[in-house]
Amino acid sequence: MSTGKKLDVIGHARRRIDGREKVTGQLRFADDLKLPRMLHMKLLRSSHPHALIESIDVARAKGYPGVHLVLTGRDFPVSFGIMPVAQDEYPLAPERVRYVGDPVAAVVAKDEQTASEALALIDVKYKSLPTIATPEEALAQPEARIHDYTDSGNIHRNQAFEFGDVAEALAKSDHIFEDLFFYEGDNHMAMEQHAALAKAEGDGKLTLWTSTQDPHYLHRQLARVLQMSAAHIRVIACDNGGGFGGKCDPAGHEFVVSKAALMLGRPVKICLTREEVFYLHRGRHPVLMKIRTGVTKEGKLTGMHLQTLLDGGAYGSHGPASTFYTGVLTPLTYELPRFKFDACRVFTNKPACGPKRGHGTPQPRFGQEVQLDKIAEKLKLDPADLRLNMVTKANSLTASWLKIGSNGLAECIRQVVEGSGWKQKHGKLPQGRGVGIACSSYMTGAGVSIYWNKMPHSGVQLSLDRSGQVTVFCGATEVGQGSNDVLAAVVAETLGISTKEVRCITGDTGITPIDLGSYSSRVTIMMGNAALQAAGRAREMLVTAAAEQLEVLPESIVLSRGRVFAAGDAAKSMSFAEAVVYAETKFGTLGTVGSYTPPKPPGKFKAAGVGPSPAYSFSACVVEVEVDEHTGWITVPKIWIAHDIGRALNPVLARGQVIGSIYMGLGEALMEEQVFRRLPPKLSNALVHKIPSLLEYKSITSLDMPEVEVFLIEDPDPNCPFGAKEVGQGPLLPVMPAVANAVFDAVGVRIDEVPITPEKILRALHLKREGKNPRVGPEHFPEVPYVEPTFVIPPAEGGDGKESQQPERKPAQKLMERAMS
Amino acid sequence: MNAVMKPVDQRNARIRLRVNGEDVDVSFAPYKTLLEVLREDLDLTGTKHGCELGECGACAVLVDGQPLLSCLKLALECDGSVVETIEGLADGPELHPLQAAFSDHGGSQCGYCTPGVLMTAKGLLDQEPNPSRDRIKEALSGNLCRCTGYQQIVDSVEAAARAINETTVSERRAKA
Repeated sequence: MSTGKKLDVIGHARRRIDGREKVTGQLRFADDLKLPRMLHMKLLRSSHPHALIESIDVARAKGYPGVHLVLTGRDFPVSFGIMPVAQDEYPLAPERVRYVGDPVAAVVAKDEQTASEALALIDVKYKSLPTIATPEEALAQPEARIHDYTDSGNIHRNQAFEFGDVAEALAKSDHIFEDLFFYEGDNHMAMEQHAALAKAEGDGKLTLWTSTQDPHYLHRQLARVLQMSAAHIRVIACDNGGGFGGKCDPAGHEFVVSKAALMLGRPVKICLTREEVFYLHRGRHPVLMKIRTGVTKEGKLTGMHLQTLLDGGAYGSHGPASTFYTGVLTPLTYELPRFKFDACRVFTNKPACGPKRGHGTPQPRFGQEVQLDKIAEKLKLDPADLRLNMVTKANSLTASWLKIGSNGLAECIRQVVEGSGWKQKHGKLPQGRGVGIACSSYMTGAGVSIYWNKMPHSGVQLSLDRSGQVTVFCGATEVGQGSNDVLAAVVAETLGISTKEVRCITGDTGITPIDLGSYSSRVTIMMGNAALQAAGRAREMLVTAAAEQLEVLPESIVLSRGRVFAAGDAAKSMSFAEAVVYAETKFGTLGTVGSYTPPKPPGKFKAAGVGPSPAYSFSACVVEVEVDEHTGWITVPKIWIAHDIGRALNPVLARGQVIGSIYMGLGEALMEEQVFRRLPPKLSNALVHKIPSLLEYKSITSLDMPEVEVFLIEDPDPNCPFGAKEVGQGPLLPVMPAVANAVFDAVGVRIDEVPITPEKILRALHLKREGKNPRVGPEHFPEVPYVEPTFVIPPAEGGDGKESQQPERKPAQKLMERAMS
Repeated sequence: MNAVMKPVDQRNARIRLRVNGEDVDVSFAPYKTLLEVLREDLDLTGTKHGCELGECGACAVLVDGQPLLSCLKLALECDGSVVETIEGLADGPELHPLQAAFSDHGGSQCGYCTPGVLMTAKGLLDQEPNPSRDRIKEALSGNLCRCTGYQQIVDSVEAAARAINETTVSERRAKA
């Protein structure tokens, strides 16, 4: 929208509206809350990775002084799950535990210490079941089933799509590259551990204050599990101490604490320990990948066949979506005429994996971008030029029917190449030093909701009154990214006031219009567009009333810096608060609403809803490394990142999102891993978390963090509020492959998996010295029973976006089989 | 079942502290850490916890002027100590230069690690008014932050140091 004036708020560096409370210790996170007569809860978690619960004896715990309530799986007959197709989890495991850490019982007591002591008095008898540690084991042992509801064995999801005949495209290519990659799982490690406080209100209704990114989805699940009317439940998402996807799933403790509060008529609180957060997990899926890519001798892509195998852990979580995301966003960056992907998620006896920053896409992007480096090496092309020569175009459709709108990828590549001195560095630095480049793209909000409905994805309500106060209500959730500041900025800019004059009430299902949550980089665009509509409607009323009062045409009215005035006539002016008084006089009590629903995706085939977004961000990254060949130690002196953001609403916050993404990506590239080990057989042979503590789960500190130079590419996207695309996730994605590519430039070894540890570098250098292939990475891709792909003809080949019914368009696999026989 | 014999009221430890310039008398269960006493018994919830094991720095406060991980310190050991927490950093409505700098330079995103980072940074600037960038990174290396990538935190501490030094210079001039 255009108000015809230059922007007063948007694009200016400002102190965020919640900045003051964050630095004064006044911001209340869930565990900071305390209510009169409040009790405390602790959970007993399974010590077995896979077992049947034969009996639970809670008598001694119940009798312990200070204990008010003990709950077990019997108290929760209804399952839950964030996705309608994967409601496979119970707040407390009723009959079977599926990983070490699965909650089995809860104690509510007068304080945490008493609750912890009483947990030790609960006697659970387990009958051990065979344990599945890896996807390979899951595929090889279909009979040791972790869940019974899936089609077969331990395969949770099996998805396959083919856009154009990929076998044919590969056959006609000058070169075919086939590579295996592995991406280790990792944890969000938000600094705030999950906490929840439930209260039975005087009228019998429930209020839950909790660390959640998605209060709306949690609200729906609470109604289901507690078998209570959703209208009688109020979920208040407290400010989150970081989320990164780790607070998207409804969590078992949120149901248990709610039920306890309702049963006792007293407030009940729980705060997970750090160890428990590693068990709750929902972090990055470990993914094994096989990528076959066809290339012309000029370095253009002809087709790609991507296969992924996801280690899902013990429960569904966001798994069906995660599985899609290991494929669907791959074609966004470079022109790829044909694309096929097979994706399979299996269950293992480990904490469930779910969405983490970049959700499912960092893994294939890592593989794709490292493979491109190998392609450039083989074709003797500069890796930056190779990419620049095949970037996707603005306003185009991918072979997989994703609609790309604005596209700043080429400019991103140019900026990092110039800023980093790429041309003087790549292949030219002394031995042990190198640079690597990689690119990526991410969606600005998922085009469809997690559950099927045709209602808006975000709603905003605005109220103004004669005092001049402006209050904006929205279900959006602050996870630290600055969503409240975005909300205030959009409203303030539209109404010509400062963000300090806007009060934001957010993330409260009892009083705010629904917003689907802080995930998929959707908040700025969806909440922002809804806010733009609500504020635009309020502005109309102010303009009408002020124009009447000032006796000028409404078109001449300008709202800026707290004044409402006629353009070009300084005498015709009033304060914002006076304009509200005139509007309230004229229209009565003032309130407006706005909502936003994303456009329909162009693809019409089944599951075409996963991947489409109203806008995509693009990023390019250059990483410089120094590798010590004696120790394998990698030092990163500097990183350059260019991010096509559309417009930075608040440059300080936007840069913070970019640098924070780089930090998290670099941690994943070099050290972060959520890994497991089997205890020796003489103990229990159980599969346990190797490192459930912040000391052992390695992350980057201020001493390890390199300087990051940020280039924000601002070309406003017409679908986005003031042109602003996403910035919270995209800049993470190119970091890991850029590190791997820089390592190759530095010492000539390929590490085809993350994390890229000194030990792997040394191993690869050893192979190099022995004259062997200097590569460390997966050697084998198991036989995965992928399903027949849904075949869709790409737009460039005259497709209509539907699944092809033409009999001559046989799935590629069959064609390939025919060719091979 | 000797556990049943456990005394019901355990708030039998008592110490005196000077917290943010106020003398307080507090009684609590003797097993409690300084962190728990601050948060639970003195309602100073600005100080956070992230690991309970001294790994993350979220619980850092100043005890007798020195940064200390309050989750590793038994409150009983602190009798007579001077404790500074995030709640005492501002001078009434006037933000401390560190707080202002963190708000303006993106030093705080979700804000959860912020109190610990700010108190550690205050401990540094109180001792060393002109730390180098590397020195700031070193001093803050025990404070984990998942949001910022540290760069804007270091920028913020640098900006605060400049602001404090400028104020000190102008105060000295005013006195002269």
